[in-house]
Amino acid sequence: MDAEEHKLPLSQNPEWADVTPIPQDDGPNPVVPIAYKPEFIETMDYFRAVYKANEFSLRALQLTHQAILLNPGNYTVWHFRRLILDALGIDLNEELEFMSGISENNPKNYQIWHHRRWIAEKLGTDVASKELDFTKRMLFLDAKNYHAWSYRQWVLQTLGGWENELNYCHQLLEEDVFNNSAWNQRYFVVTGSPLLGGLEAMRESEVKYTVEAILHSPENESPWRYLRGLYKNDPKSWISDPQVSSVCLKVLSAKANHVFALSTLLDLLSHGFQANQEFKDAVDSLRPSNSDPPDSDLAKAICSILRHVDPMRVNYWTWRKNKLPLSV
Amino acid sequence: MGELVVDKHVKYILSVEKRKDSFESVVLEHLRMNGAYWGLTTLDLLGKLGALDSNEVIQWIMKCQHESGGFAGNIGHDPHLLYTLSAVQVLALFDKLNVLDADKVANYISGLQNEDGSFSGDEWGEVDTRFSYLAICCLSILHRLDKMNVEKAVNYIASCKNVDGGFGCTPGGESHAGQIFCCVGALAITGSLHHVDKDLLGWWLCERQVKSGGLNGRPEKLPDVCYSWWVLSSLIMIDRVHWIDKDKLVKFILNCQDTENGGISDRPEDAVDVFHTYFGVAGLSLLEYPGLKAIDPAHALPVDVVNRIFFQK
Repeated sequence: MDAEEHKLPLSQNPEWADVTPIPQDDGPNPVVPIAYKPEFIETMDYFRAVYKANEFSLRALQLTHQAILLNPGNYTVWHFRRLILDALGIDLNEELEFMSGISENNPKNYQIWHHRRWIAEKLGTDVASKELDFTKRMLFLDAKNYHAWSYRQWVLQTLGGWENELNYCHQLLEEDVFNNSAWNQRYFVVTGSPLLGGLEAMRESEVKYTVEAILHSPENESPWRYLRGLYKNDPKSWISDPQVSSVCLKVLSAKANHVFALSTLLDLLSHGFQANQEFKDAVDSLRPSNSDPPDSDLAKAICSILRHVDPMRVNYWTWRKNKLPLSV
Repeated sequence: MGELVVDKHVKYILSVEKRKDSFESVVLEHLRMNGAYWGLTTLDLLGKLGALDSNEVIQWIMKCQHESGGFAGNIGHDPHLLYTLSAVQVLALFDKLNVLDADKVANYISGLQNEDGSFSGDEWGEVDTRFSYLAICCLSILHRLDKMNVEKAVNYIASCKNVDGGFGCTPGGESHAGQIFCCVGALAITGSLHHVDKDLLGWWLCERQVKSGGLNGRPEKLPDVCYSWWVLSSLIMIDRVHWIDKDKLVKFILNCQDTENGGISDRPEDAVDVFHTYFGVAGLSLLEYPGLKAIDPAHALPVDVVNRIFFQK
């Protein structure tokens, strides 16, 4: 599709001589008035004309192309483009190419992602790996792009291609272990991939993986939550897995970035974990020197420390402390 | 501490610039209905809605309605749930819901519900929990929640709950404060908050507060004023708002103002827009900043408007 033709104003283009453009009706004194560029005005005036006339033609298709380039957020143009594509039976593989061309500059545009999904659904499993490649490229530009992740999940579930997904998550986490989206995707794969054994079967290796990530950056919220998620409905296994309690101990003993380690230990204790003297000593050494008299109860002591080291959430930690059962 | 420069914000909203070379002006045409909601609700919160001629607005809104009953983002555009809710909300601001054929609008909305209880945004089928909220909030305002299958809608939202207590756009989607607001709001309106683990979600939400006092939408992302609404209203709906540091958040929002020209931006020093101006002011209202009208966290309308909808007649 030739994008050069738009240089000539439509009003002077003989190909459009039969069309009367329709101006935007903003009504008198528009509520939230908006200013427009002349090129935009003309393109949209002609668009309105073909839209109203239900003209499903190649020139109308090209016009939607121009309108999209000027304003890819205009959902009515996309709507009309789909009607034309259907009516003319245009090769949708070409349409995918067009989409890929405009996606990089509009990575968070809902209409573009939805239009792409509409195309991919029609083309079917044949485009599975192509679509995974595409989202990979978009995630390379912004590894946390919510639209890209949502689309990628849809591709996997609808068109397939799970084979390399866990590895892909690993790659992204190697690049940025703080990428919450990659952790979420990992959970999505571990729990949903038809090629893996399911959460329980994957649990041991995943715990090992997560512990390593935690030790690398204990202040990272995501792996701590991921770890908890691996024991979703099984608190008994959660408190009896030595890997879990020992990562808490390791981080606490290292004395830096221990907020999540403390809150995880608190969570374990709340579910019945029996802490030995090592834990008590590690927590004790973290008590701020000028604090109130030490709490005899380990869980209460943890809450007191958290109130001090995470003051932004002092009300939350106070609530946690008050919620604890009276010491036996 | 700085102040909320009310008059400047009012001026900013009333005269969104007419500069022809403004890129922003070109791209906003199709979502003017949303822009009207953001601008007018902000004016109402600031006590300045009377400055406008409501009749002109209402006339324009009704021109945006389609045969199907749905509303478009502007005249000449196609209907979508996004603009249908904004249209109904603006009419509610002006106490003019009676100009609507409520059944007609309700039919449009209920027609967009899918078998699994989810909602599509329009006939093209995009599914997202945002649309569940739009549908439920809109039908609630129109007193026609019975036109949808509430149980299925609630079950679909519950299926989007993640292990961290949050919600995503679809099942398995990453927890995101914007999606969480939509899901919690929808559950609140339908009396289904028992599906929320309030303690767990409350903690996830209060962890969104970063050093600067602002809120982000997901772990390890930058703070943005719009999360002052989405995180805050969610926390209020689940009775956990005292878990964040309110003073620090107020300071953050006030620092996002353009104190010379009016308007609020996503974070300090960035360019302002109507979207963030609304979310900043709405957030301050939730934080009980003096001089602002109270706003209902679930319906995202001033409390007196919501009271009028549900407690009059």
